Amino acid sequence: MLFRRSKLRVAAATAIAAVAALGLGACSAGDSGGAALDPDADLTKQSLVVGIWSDYYPEDLAERFEAKTGIPMTIVNHATNEEIVAKIMASGDSGIDVAFMSGQYAQALGEQGVLQELDKSFIPNEANLYPEAKELAYDPGNKVSLPYAWGTTGLCYRSDLIDFTPDSWNDLLNPKPELEGKTTMLATERWMTLPAQKLLGFSANSTSADELAQVRAQLEKTKPTLLAFDDTTFYQKLITGEAVLTEAWDGWCNYGVAEDPNIKFVIPKEGSDLWTDTMTVLKSSKNKEAAMTFLNFILEPDVHSWVVENILYNVPNRAANELVDPQMAVDFPSLAITPAELSEQEGLIDVGDFSTEYSRLVTEIQAG
Amino acid sequence: MAARVRRAMRDGMNRQRFSRALRAAPFLGPQSLFLALFVVIPIGLVTTYAFMTRGRFGGVSPEFSLENFTRLLEPVYLNVLFNSIGVAALTTALALVLGYPTAYLIARLPTRWRTVALLMVLLPFWTNFLIRTYAWILLFNNAGWLNQGLEALGWIDGPMNLLYSQPAVVVGLLYMYLPLMILPLYSSIERIDPELEEAATNLGSRPFRVFRTVILPMSVPGMLIGCVFVFVPSMGNFVIPELLGGGKMLLVGNLVRDAFLKARDWPFGASLALVLTIFLVVLLALQSRASKRITEGSPDA
Repeated sequence: MLFRRSKLRVAAATAIAAVAALGLGACSAGDSGGAALDPDADLTKQSLVVGIWSDYYPEDLAERFEAKTGIPMTIVNHATNEEIVAKIMASGDSGIDVAFMSGQYAQALGEQGVLQELDKSFIPNEANLYPEAKELAYDPGNKVSLPYAWGTTGLCYRSDLIDFTPDSWNDLLNPKPELEGKTTMLATERWMTLPAQKLLGFSANSTSADELAQVRAQLEKTKPTLLAFDDTTFYQKLITGEAVLTEAWDGWCNYGVAEDPNIKFVIPKEGSDLWTDTMTVLKSSKNKEAAMTFLNFILEPDVHSWVVENILYNVPNRAANELVDPQMAVDFPSLAITPAELSEQEGLIDVGDFSTEYSRLVTEIQAG
Repeated sequence: MAARVRRAMRDGMNRQRFSRALRAAPFLGPQSLFLALFVVIPIGLVTTYAFMTRGRFGGVSPEFSLENFTRLLEPVYLNVLFNSIGVAALTTALALVLGYPTAYLIARLPTRWRTVALLMVLLPFWTNFLIRTYAWILLFNNAGWLNQGLEALGWIDGPMNLLYSQPAVVVGLLYMYLPLMILPLYSSIERIDPELEEAATNLGSRPFRVFRTVILPMSVPGMLIGCVFVFVPSMGNFVIPELLGGGKMLLVGNLVRDAFLKARDWPFGASLALVLTIFLVVLLALQSRASKRITEGSPDA
């Protein structure tokens, strides 16, 4: 008995030590670094580890990059922003050189001093970006991040099963009786609240408890009218006709459009968000010159256009878009959304500690 | 003085026990390594995290806090907890009602058919359970095969809402975990000597009485194991509430998953996981005590 107890104690001590090693190392990510990059560095002596969402890049990306630059590269996949951020913050040096993450996360990590300021002399291809893509709310001037893909959120619907043309968040939040039980909403935090925030005239980046309370009241009213909360299969529900009106990310709506041209996408008149997925270089990287070169490589028109052609997302790269077959914007109307239209939407930014309020609201709406 | 003597005695005793423990250590090697790696360290981590504060980017910051547990006591989370227990209990009860006759029949089949029947019970496990769940969606959604078929037959006017509700979640869990009820029941029923049944019949018992006084009591350990096997994973499942429940209800499993993967609130997720673990350990302890009492014999057995 005593033996067992002392063994437990040892194990507990081990566990605590492990916790300390795992979690607390984060504090050591210092603010040093930022040393000037060497424009003449021998890039072939460097190598890259790139953290990127799975299925979000061409399969032969690493081979093409190495063929062009001689820099060997390893890709590590992540499924969510939370995953890559946890990986980066778990220790002072995660071993990752380039990390893809959404804009508001790049903003938060930038404020923590974890991201390397970009040296634009390595990235002449930044000139390929639209002017709108250089003034993004989470990182104006693209100091620590470069946009990879961008888009908005709107209504994705079956034009043949609805006898009017939806154009307002109100059509989703307070549906006509014939649409009840045939609509879905996103269940991911900022996007569950977005429709109500826009309908009520609030900012999508609101940090007001009072505004969030009004959003909650609206969502509590909306929930009984929903078929489901659905982040990942709503377009399939549209294809089968189970759902006729859904809240959708523009690129995801296209997966439905590809199956049934009666599926349409619209940005509601109250406005929506502008989300951006970005590329960043970590301050802890020992291969910063190679990392900057990689960012530049992605902005090559023939590399970047892959995202439009295969993921059906918009990219902020004018030269890349010019390579895309114009028929695609006809087949997939969200690809015809112009940078000017996109930049009219509200750029999502980090809301800091208030994000716990969003999490809580979303959980409580789903559980309630 | 006395205190010092007592301390010396205690130290000596500890050392003695410690050296005895040390001598036993090599024999415990692999098992204790296994226990440490896969039980003690993970649970130790979860326990430690549960008393810490949320780190801004996931992880934890090392400030002691009880806030996670006070938050657990808020009505909305208590509701999820009770709802999960209810859903898991209902699933277990239905699994028992369906699983018992099935297991009994299989156990009384000729040997050759028994293998075939058991194989049929196990067969679904060979397909990934996500795929099987999506198959349910295809079958039962408003535009699914069942609704289309019934409408074509003219039996219903509009589609019936079969999915995205709490009953759909229970049915999904039942389908998923029914084999875990049938198998232990089968093995405990199969072990009952058929001669006992004969003896009871010869002594004048009618079949129902034979079942009630002979078979049923002897299969209680199998029932208990089956119930635990179904109840435990039902409580922790988060995929079925999301897919078949339409994300409109949450089980504890969803809360844990969301705390870690969406809300970046590891300490809260850890405290939920800890409560869940404690609950299930208590359940297992009760089960093993109950079945021990039964197999080791009460005075009248």
